[in-house]
Amino acid sequence: MELFWYIALAMMLITYVILDGYDFGAGIIHLFLAKTEKDKKSITKAIGPFWDANEVWLIAAGGVLFFAFPKLYASAFSGFYLPLMIVLWLIIFRAIGLEFRGQVNNELWKGFWDRAFGVSSLLLALFFGTALGNVVRGVNLGGVVDGESLYEPIYFFLPLWNSEFSPLNIHPGVLDWFTVLIGLIAVVALTIHGGNWIVLKTKASINEKIKNLNFLLTIVLFALILVSFGVWSLVDPNPFQNFLDYPILWIFPLLTLVGIGGLFNVKRFKKDGYGFLFSSVFLAGALTSSAISIFPNLLPSTNEINPSLTIHNAAAGFYGLNAGLSWFFIAIVLVAIYMIVQYRVFKGKLDDIDYGEH
Amino acid sequence: MEDMLLYDRIQFAFTITYHYLFPQLTMGLSLIIVIFKWRFLRTKIDKYNDAAKFWMKIFGLNFAMGVITGIPMEFQFGTNWAKFSELTGGIIGQTLAMEGMFSFFLESSFLGLFLFGEKLLGQKLHFLTGFLVFLGSWASGYLIVATHSWMQNPVGYEILQNGEYVLNNFGALFSNPWVWPSYLHNQFASVVTSAIVVAGIGAYFLLSKKNLELGRLYVKYGVIFGLGSSLLVAFPTGDWTAKNVVKYQPITFAAMEGIFETETGGSEIILIGQPNMVEKKLDNKIAVPNVLSFLTYQNWDAEIKGLNEFDEELHPTNIPGLYYGYHIMVGLGTIFIGLFGIALFYLWRKKIYHARWLLWSLVLIIPLPYIANTAGWYTAELGRQPWLVYNLLKTADGISPTVSAGNTLFTLLGFIGLYILLGILFLLMVGKIINGASLKTEE
Repeated sequence: MELFWYIALAMMLITYVILDGYDFGAGIIHLFLAKTEKDKKSITKAIGPFWDANEVWLIAAGGVLFFAFPKLYASAFSGFYLPLMIVLWLIIFRAIGLEFRGQVNNELWKGFWDRAFGVSSLLLALFFGTALGNVVRGVNLGGVVDGESLYEPIYFFLPLWNSEFSPLNIHPGVLDWFTVLIGLIAVVALTIHGGNWIVLKTKASINEKIKNLNFLLTIVLFALILVSFGVWSLVDPNPFQNFLDYPILWIFPLLTLVGIGGLFNVKRFKKDGYGFLFSSVFLAGALTSSAISIFPNLLPSTNEINPSLTIHNAAAGFYGLNAGLSWFFIAIVLVAIYMIVQYRVFKGKLDDIDYGEH
Repeated sequence: MEDMLLYDRIQFAFTITYHYLFPQLTMGLSLIIVIFKWRFLRTKIDKYNDAAKFWMKIFGLNFAMGVITGIPMEFQFGTNWAKFSELTGGIIGQTLAMEGMFSFFLESSFLGLFLFGEKLLGQKLHFLTGFLVFLGSWASGYLIVATHSWMQNPVGYEILQNGEYVLNNFGALFSNPWVWPSYLHNQFASVVTSAIVVAGIGAYFLLSKKNLELGRLYVKYGVIFGLGSSLLVAFPTGDWTAKNVVKYQPITFAAMEGIFETETGGSEIILIGQPNMVEKKLDNKIAVPNVLSFLTYQNWDAEIKGLNEFDEELHPTNIPGLYYGYHIMVGLGTIFIGLFGIALFYLWRKKIYHARWLLWSLVLIIPLPYIANTAGWYTAELGRQPWLVYNLLKTADGISPTVSAGNTLFTLLGFIGLYILLGILFLLMVGKIINGASLKTEE
């Protein structure tokens, strides 16, 4: 039962990253490449009808986490207090930029909100990547100092950084060289992903430029991944155990490679959709591989005294999890129907739809 | 520890109060827009579609504000109230997760189609998307009130030996006697807010001699919906809600009515008075004898327990706040019924569109339903103190054990700054929509 909810939660989060990921990526492209009003409009229209629904995946995943793994929810949300609040403010700021930009026809006004939208998209991509890095590295559960727990075993509090900026310190911080590395990977990957979405949904004049940039970024991405691969085992001592136990799981790292391989060929594709397809495959592969490497841990402990939070010790009672199945299946079918309707109505290139400017 | 609790409570109170300024308009307004749209489908008279379109613009902006300020609410259960989340997540996490899965997806998927898909979809499908947005927002309200009801009157759970709470009856979350009275009371109150906003803007158009046809339409619909909903808020839903409080939280009832001591031979109803917590009595009291007993038990002489009968440890922690919240809500509700009663009479006599004092009143009361809704929620929340989950978990025991007061104050100040900015932008934009609309139709 816990395994079912773990997989459901993981799939919801991956869906969130793939969907809202292109919104963030589009924001980053918007910040650096879009110079003309026409291109800017094309980009905001390409995400306009979707970004709100995409963010619901984060809220819904949060809800499922709250109900299925309340101990993880309580531990992680209070322990990562400061970065989560910063993420919240960025989400709010980014949404204000999108909603209010078109309301006033003034160059300064538009310029300000354009940058607010772009910069907060960039920072969100960085923070979400950093969050993944934190989960892989683990935290000092129970707040152990000199062999004594300061808090109950599931609680901790993470400062934004420690003095050495190192993940190997007994008191890790949110930002260290490992988590920032993962954050950078996220920024590069989501920029590629957002670029692919713009290519798919618009006729913007910068589309050829985006394809060239994406090719270069894919090289950077590949290099960063090799580096992260090299240091991964410093923070996660046994990353391959699950893959060795269940060789079928190698399919997920393989997906990551297929995704990257596809992205290298981005300039050769005849259809605009392939780039987006491969960046989605890459994201799904990379996220599942990371999750599997720490499974069954949800949040590893960096000390010897308090055990890691796992899908077993963080789960809610069996009766509740079982009762949740019935409504969850109905809801997922409905959500699938809504998505089909939404993407069919807003199919094809969106440059000319009457959307976004009230 | 004291500071931690204080800042956690202020931050939650501030962010939820601010947040709920938006959904109360969203829920009621979605109903009114759907009705305008439906009238247009039936009559093919353009003014109904113009009305729907005008309100959709304000709705879209208001909805976005609700979403933006709503995300922090879900986060804060974990960030600031971790102990509460750890213990109750397996129970109320059900209704909160269902809200995300059923309501938010429905609303967010169809809102874009509704706001911008009129040409793409045709009139009938466009009406349908509006109806689905309405359905999503009312379902969201239902699931939130179900969650709130569990905290007021916990049901369907057991406590394991290790102190964990687990759900043992899923259906009980919805058959909780607290759910339907509170839900209907709250929903009609949200219709009151939107009816007053609709009538108020209509009156503003008439007074400033702009956009007269739509102005008359808004005043007419606003007055009809306003009277109907403000009556329904009081009776039967307000009555049901109060009877739940009497039955399940008699201490809260005594505090909100301002009854410090049990009266023999029936309790008076307090109209005005200020709680004096030192002498445990009301100062400058104006009251009507025996009415409270009658309203509560339909018996003029029934005894209602005063605060003196309960252990002081269990008294609500802020009795004056609770008392004022309740009396402000009831007082404003009474004013709405009176004003809309007069307005309906004028509407029937076809005099309303020229009665400037009445139109002015409709404009000036726009802030009041927001205050009444907020006061009502404060009554419910302050009434539950010192409990976070009634008779089960104290508020002081629900906070995050590792988040220091300094960190919470930091984020509280951040929220205040960000929300002030947000509020200014929102009001500017709404003002622009209202004035822009009237200019256009003058052409």
